[in-house]
Amino acid sequence: MRLHLQSRWLAAAVFGLGAVGRADVLPDDRTDLLYHLYEGGGLTVQGPSVLVRKKFGDSLSLSYQYYEDLISSASIDVVSQASAYKEKRTQNNLGLDYLHGSTLYSIGFINSNEPDYKSNTGFFSVSQSMFGDLTTISFGYTRGWDKVGEVDHGIVVRSFSKDADHRNWAVGLSQVLTRNLLLGLNFEADESNGYLQNPYRGVRFVDPTVARGYSFGPAVSPNTRTGDAASAQLKYYLPWHAAVDGNYRLYSDTWGILANTLKVGYTQSLFTSWTLEGTARYYWQGHANFYSDLFPYQNSQNFMSRDRELAQFHSLTLGLGASWEFHPPWPHWVDKGTLNFNFDHLRIDYQDFHDNLIPSAIPGDEPLYTLDANVMQFFISFWY
Amino acid sequence: MSKMRWRSIASVLLLGGLLAGGLLLAGCSPIEPWVKPYEREHLADPIMSFDRNPISSGYLDHVFEVREGARGATGSVGGGCGCN
Repeated sequence: MRLHLQSRWLAAAVFGLGAVGRADVLPDDRTDLLYHLYEGGGLTVQGPSVLVRKKFGDSLSLSYQYYEDLISSASIDVVSQASAYKEKRTQNNLGLDYLHGSTLYSIGFINSNEPDYKSNTGFFSVSQSMFGDLTTISFGYTRGWDKVGEVDHGIVVRSFSKDADHRNWAVGLSQVLTRNLLLGLNFEADESNGYLQNPYRGVRFVDPTVARGYSFGPAVSPNTRTGDAASAQLKYYLPWHAAVDGNYRLYSDTWGILANTLKVGYTQSLFTSWTLEGTARYYWQGHANFYSDLFPYQNSQNFMSRDRELAQFHSLTLGLGASWEFHPPWPHWVDKGTLNFNFDHLRIDYQDFHDNLIPSAIPGDEPLYTLDANVMQFFISFWY
Repeated sequence: MSKMRWRSIASVLLLGGLLAGGLLLAGCSPIEPWVKPYEREHLADPIMSFDRNPISSGYLDHVFEVREGARGATGSVGGGCGCN
């Protein structure tokens, strides 16, 4: 849980909803086998994932995904207040798509499981094609139920078990603008209630009674959070068999976080069987109202957090990807396959989260923390 | 739920209603597609998909969401090019 709290349920929903596409045809039959690796900031997360999708008749398509995180962490949060740990998270997604005319109905269920966090998520969405299939609109609802616990040396502390509930409403529009240009618009509203903080993250406050000048205490977050996100994306076909795309997202919530995301990408086909891709993503967010790197004294506010996901920071992610398409002679029911490798470098520059592991004569005068991480994906896909 | 929450949900429902209204309108007065089916060759190319590999984009969205305060509207819904 220490890594995934609060956003897991929605991430899980995205895993499921990601398969929703055009409303006039069912998604392709395909199988993907993926290995992922994240390394950075003392944290390593790796594991496999499998996604299988198959049509049954002309109107029904089923999908199943298994996803696994093997986590080994000695991050700044862990080292500051606890000891390094290892744990495993597994996730299972089951989805069903039903096509009726130009309408695609999708339902799904996602279960995520790890020693201190259980999550169940259900979702439903409808997509409709119209105006000569130039326009696709969609509406979706997601509901999540989480059970939050705490692990101490591998033993679940039974006295600690709290709930967190989530709801999300989404609308989307995909529009053909010209013979070379596509537009996508998305809007989401989400609401969370219950235990919404990370039990492993404490707050830091000035404490003149200890040599280092500060101590750690418990964090307290509000038990409700609501947010809105709106995004627009464009994709344009270039005459030399390439495409360029841009995406902007604005997010705000009742915790006071305001965030902007800007992403651009370029895709190039080469020699009929190769596809190369480059992406750049810039993200900036302001801190939550109750966030502080160093509080003046213990219990100085009703709500307090030093969770760096709630800090002010900006980040840049640069990515490269390569894909090679092949047509295997066997088995005969496989139409084609692709071998894919993606590499992304993520850098986060925190603007009000200090590296307390570096000693300083004055608490809060430590250098600002910076995270550099590498994200790799290797996957093979088959269409049949 | 707070007033702000209801406002957000109302916004989603309003947008959904407008889109559904558009659907009804489309049934009443057919709109001539300004990009003909035979002109959609480029749009049908896999490189024009908003989400070419859902397993990969879903994973990367997850990487960002656990490290950032923002979430949602990642654009994975939709992506129709209208080319059968």
